[in-house]
Amino acid sequence: MAKRTIIPFGPQHPVLPEPVHLDLVIEDETVVEAIPSIGFIHRGLEKLVEKKEYTEMVYVIERICGICSFGHGWGYVHCVEGAMGVEVPERAEYLRTILHELGRIHSHLLWLGLLADGFGFESLFQHCWRIRETVLDLFEETTGGRVVFSICKVGGMNKDIDNDTLKKIVTTLRGIEKEIKQYTDVFLEDTSVKNRLCGVGVLSKQDAIDLCAVGPVARASGVEQDIRLAGTGMYQELGFEPIIEEAGDCYARCKVRIREVFQSIDLIDKAVAKIPDGEIDAKVKGNVEGEFITRMEQPRGEAVYYCKGQGTKFLERMRVRTPTNMNIPAMVKMLQGCDLADVPMVVLTIDPCISCTER
Amino acid sequence: MAYVTKSPWVIHYDGSSCNGCDIEVLACLTPMYDVERFGIINTGNPKHADVFLVTGSVNEQNKEVVKQIYEQMPEPKAVVAIGICACNGGIFKECYNVQGGVDTVIPVDCYVPGCAARPEAIIDGVVAGLGVLAAKREAMAKGGSIPAPEAPAEEGKEEA
Repeated sequence: MAKRTIIPFGPQHPVLPEPVHLDLVIEDETVVEAIPSIGFIHRGLEKLVEKKEYTEMVYVIERICGICSFGHGWGYVHCVEGAMGVEVPERAEYLRTILHELGRIHSHLLWLGLLADGFGFESLFQHCWRIRETVLDLFEETTGGRVVFSICKVGGMNKDIDNDTLKKIVTTLRGIEKEIKQYTDVFLEDTSVKNRLCGVGVLSKQDAIDLCAVGPVARASGVEQDIRLAGTGMYQELGFEPIIEEAGDCYARCKVRIREVFQSIDLIDKAVAKIPDGEIDAKVKGNVEGEFITRMEQPRGEAVYYCKGQGTKFLERMRVRTPTNMNIPAMVKMLQGCDLADVPMVVLTIDPCISCTER
Repeated sequence: MAYVTKSPWVIHYDGSSCNGCDIEVLACLTPMYDVERFGIINTGNPKHADVFLVTGSVNEQNKEVVKQIYEQMPEPKAVVAIGICACNGGIFKECYNVQGGVDTVIPVDCYVPGCAARPEAIIDGVVAGLGVLAAKREAMAKGGSIPAPEAPAEEGKEEA
């Protein structure tokens, strides 16, 4: 038996934009075991509900993660609205759906860039991020922010987006669609890229279910799980179908996310065609009493929001369970038996968002 | 801009930020903002770096990591705190696991506020950091000691 060595990976590592630490137990070049340790960016923001009013808290929750900030804001207000029984106007729900899908496009393009950077394809990284700037420009035009928007509030939206701007969003997205395809084809067809991704870090369907994998990680292993089917937002009206791949390797995870980019463009197109005129916010009176739980499909997978109030301005408890948290056991499983050189690929393809995980 | 005579390399570490500033730092490196025109390259190795970009505040666990990266960087070096969290804790200031800005652990030369800091502001901060770097280099060439912007905080100062 070869000698076992422990190689530390992170917290500061060139492929990691965020700090996470892995102790990789290796035998020759093969990883036998990976021991993750987290906690470098724990802030403890759930505790802030005791100091911030429930209407202010949305600005804190949005800053759980700068990449899926709109999704987190929406999840929180949806949870509070549910607890208070607020009926949100349909236009606001459509606007949220559109912004959430825009956020997914931006998140997936960002991730594709990081993946390209991970396997050393620098120009592909730069191109993905260049296209992503177009999406950020749309965000800036509609909400005023590039990464953190503060447009969601309890009861609806802070700002309306007029129909002409919505149409412009669709034209812009349709305009960059071809360009996105040009670069995503490199991920899916280039031999050198495929050599890095195909057959690496395989997660079987049974393992994905047993280890509670969520989001694109689960869907790439053939698990039909997408919380957008569960009824939050306007996905039912838009005829949403989850994207499933069977292989369960890094390539499949990459493919799921690439297909989701195009699916999101279609969803935005359909939503803009269907969006009704009308109010964008409902009157909110009183405070949260009782508890509520909500699920939301973030770009990285299912997130769960829980809130509990006792009739005061401050919530008693707020809890968020984030997708990367659930994908770490699956990642550890995938790392077992893979080559040391493939570790960055496996870690990146779960799309780790450590600031979500640790909050 | 006369002082950009060298190619300063940057290293980026995420303290406990929300990612917003991190992706903006990375956005600076990509074609839209392209800091490479100033000769700036992102490196993963502290020993190659001249400018240290820190996002997010510090806590008990990442304090040592920030210190280690800072100490591994060769002189002269500049530290740029990016985002309001790195400056003083920002929106998370009252959280139990946030000890305050990066300047409680290492000396900071430039502060870039904002939540999230915009790429334009980050570039401005880094270019200001280059000025600090040039001044330090000059002082070193003359054989003098490096002018520290402020002394690193002592253990007791952190509670303040």
